[in-house]
Amino acid sequence: MYEHDVIVVGAGGAGLRAAVAADEAGADVALVSKLHPVRSHTGAAEGGINAALQEGDDWELHAYDTMKGSDYLGDAPAVETLAQDAPEDTMRLEHWGMPFSREEDGTVSQRPFGGLSYPRTTYAGAETGHHLLHTMYEQVVKRGIEVYDEWYVMDLAVTDEDDPNDRECHGVVAYDVQSGKIEGFKANRGVVLAAGGPGQAFDHTTNAVSCTGDGHAMAYRAGVPLEDMEFIQFHPTSLPSTGVLISEGVRGEGGILYNNEGERFMFEYGYANNSGELASRDVVARAELTEVNEGRGVKDEYVHLDMRHLGEERIMDRLENILHLAEDFEGVDGLIEPMPVKPGQHYAMGGIETDENGQTCIDGLYAAGECACVSVHGGNRLGGNALPELIVFGKRAGYQAAGKDLGEPEIQTGYGDDVEDETETELPVQPGAAGLDTSDSVAADGGVTADAEGVLEQTVERTRQRVDRLMDKDDGVQHSEIRQKLQNAMTDYVNVFRTEDGIKKALRIIRECREEYQDVYVDDPSRTFNTDLQQTIETRNLIDVAETIALGALVRNEFRGAHWRQENQVRDDENWLKHTLISWDDGEPKIFYRPVILEGEDKTYEPKERSY
Amino acid sequence: MSTQQQQPETQEAPEDPEMKGAESPVDEKEKEGGDIDQQTTPEPELEGETVHIKVFRYDPEVEGKQEPRFDDFHVPFKKGMTVLDAVMYARDTYDSSLTFRHSCRQAVCGSDAFFVNGKQRLGCKTQIADLEQPIRIEPLPHQEVVKDLVVDMDHFYDQMHTVEPYFQNEDTPDASDLEEQRQSRENREKVKMSTRCIWCGACMSSCNIAAGDNEYLGPAAINKAYKFAMDDREPEDVKEHRLRILEQEHGVWRCQTQFSCTEVCPKDIPLTEHIQELKREAVKKNLKFW
Repeated sequence: MYEHDVIVVGAGGAGLRAAVAADEAGADVALVSKLHPVRSHTGAAEGGINAALQEGDDWELHAYDTMKGSDYLGDAPAVETLAQDAPEDTMRLEHWGMPFSREEDGTVSQRPFGGLSYPRTTYAGAETGHHLLHTMYEQVVKRGIEVYDEWYVMDLAVTDEDDPNDRECHGVVAYDVQSGKIEGFKANRGVVLAAGGPGQAFDHTTNAVSCTGDGHAMAYRAGVPLEDMEFIQFHPTSLPSTGVLISEGVRGEGGILYNNEGERFMFEYGYANNSGELASRDVVARAELTEVNEGRGVKDEYVHLDMRHLGEERIMDRLENILHLAEDFEGVDGLIEPMPVKPGQHYAMGGIETDENGQTCIDGLYAAGECACVSVHGGNRLGGNALPELIVFGKRAGYQAAGKDLGEPEIQTGYGDDVEDETETELPVQPGAAGLDTSDSVAADGGVTADAEGVLEQTVERTRQRVDRLMDKDDGVQHSEIRQKLQNAMTDYVNVFRTEDGIKKALRIIRECREEYQDVYVDDPSRTFNTDLQQTIETRNLIDVAETIALGALVRNEFRGAHWRQENQVRDDENWLKHTLISWDDGEPKIFYRPVILEGEDKTYEPKERSY
Repeated sequence: MSTQQQQPETQEAPEDPEMKGAESPVDEKEKEGGDIDQQTTPEPELEGETVHIKVFRYDPEVEGKQEPRFDDFHVPFKKGMTVLDAVMYARDTYDSSLTFRHSCRQAVCGSDAFFVNGKQRLGCKTQIADLEQPIRIEPLPHQEVVKDLVVDMDHFYDQMHTVEPYFQNEDTPDASDLEEQRQSRENREKVKMSTRCIWCGACMSSCNIAAGDNEYLGPAAINKAYKFAMDDREPEDVKEHRLRILEQEHGVWRCQTQFSCTEVCPKDIPLTEHIQELKREAVKKNLKFW
């Protein structure tokens, strides 16, 4: 068994920042990650970091843009915290040596991004995330923070009180990928989940194969509600054949979208008469698919993104990486021809419910980064707002876990007096584990465990048994089959345009996946670097997370932000200014709602029509 | 990790094309539904072609894999297919124990550097169409093989850490009074290429000097130091401190300018040039060198 004050699960931008903050606050902290830190998917972020740095800009404008972008589903205390802290935390990165792009006077460069009223997206070429990730890892090395890399965290050690609000987290159980051994990691002060997004729940995604929602699934099964999971961002410009991301920075610098008739459709067809290509991502993604659906797509699949008019010099200076990506992954030279693009799953606005200090409803359990939902992004995340979220809320979660007092939060968490139960929607199938005979199944991983004493030991034992069952089984279904089926269902039915029938189909298929998973087995008999085993466990996590996405999409019968429903194509503020929360509740998903907080420090954000 | 084997270093590695279970695709693994491009039968009609890959296999604890061998796989070709696509297809369709690191699929996480047809390359950005078949896919040479295409990266990471790979300036002020440091565009441009390193290890694996001198810092670590040493935001005394680390016995002077690192770097970093420039800096500083 290993023991530290604070255990951070995941070593991308949020995890590294949390670890540095916990270290600054005097805690003995360790990072546990299934990847070496520099392999984390933060490194693929391209565009930049929104921060009100310049004279003439203001954190209040950033907060306003973010709230509008969220379609009024962001919580004001979180949104304002992000906007207030981002400038200082961005400057902190600069002091840590991050190689930002520079202006003539030597100040850091900022550029326009979708949905912003001021060009405040601070960038380092078109590879801002790469530089942020490496800069943060450098700080971890400098501080001598312990890193357990290629250790896959499989479960949380949480006590088993009936009410999740009474439970405590005492550590994690992880699997050493290289050796196959399973060990407990005791956390004397707290566990911070910073395990990244769940993009692999979808077939066409910009996300890495490692983005399997592990943090979401572990917190969910331990009793923490997942919040606003239906809000999935589909990035308007991913390469059609691979899903590789083409940064919004291309449009920020002046790139133009054309349909197959050479029309600049964002204006021609009135999708965004003021902002055009720089409308919010959800608006542009729907516009592109509408073009394709109405027969104006290229090869009935995609549209063109043209940046040739920017000139070679400007492209090489600010977007060089895009040229390489288009060339390597689509065989297109962006200097001489337009690039094919279509919407691809990109980001989960929802996630593990936390307050503005990163605290979940379980004592000792925190979350930050894409796996968390604070919530700042609400119904739609603005480009350039993910990286500041990592550093601002990573830092806060790290401080909080280490015991530093950040003050009383305004955001409530967990099932309590202020929530409203879901009562209306009929589900097509029984979701969750209910109804499955898991008594002797390889899929069973028990409920959450016993009392504080020995809770970690018991969780270790349970995890070892679970792995043994998977390894001992000689035949059955392989995870890759189930995973592909799940991904296809999500991309087919829970995509940009959603219908009640489609979502119900997806829920039925997810149920089938869950049933098939009862018979899953690991073919590779080796304990050395067994990725077959790891992916099998990840697939279970994906099933749980995909189900919450589909359930959220089904119950929210309105059109808000990235979530569009055919049956009710308007934003319904009367009924839906509230967060969707889904908790595992002993294997039976329970759905409830909590009102959004629109009251900021000294003003209230009144929902307005969202046009760009 | 006690029973690892040094992998064969040349293309004359032992090979057994008739290895059991690997030669022909297995029908029962055929999958249903979905992405037409990837979900066809094992005898694919897709563009009428299959790609023949020979993949290095080794597992220290599995009978039949303790002796390194090559397995043959035939995977359906599709336009734009990369080496990573091919091994993923082989794993997901024919043999789930086929093991390799990969994550982002877009050449930024640096996980999937392999030795492909005798050259270090990133699997995800190497087009199948550009390669002679059968395509030999091996783990990076000069590193211990953990399993199949997975090598032990610890030594590489250790070398990276040796050069104090973090920004060093006067005490970072308190949060409240963080004044932005200025940097000229020219200076940022100067370090630009060096900042692109994704720690894939291709350079270190290609380097003859590193192969013979286990303590040699290697191209990646020296390039990391270059990034800081050339950044005007670091004070002069820190730069001198960095040069002292670099001019030690196993530092920059070991480089014999064979350019192999520069040739294999998937991010086109001019590693050899950076090393030579640091040599010149060390001389200019009139530092004692080996």
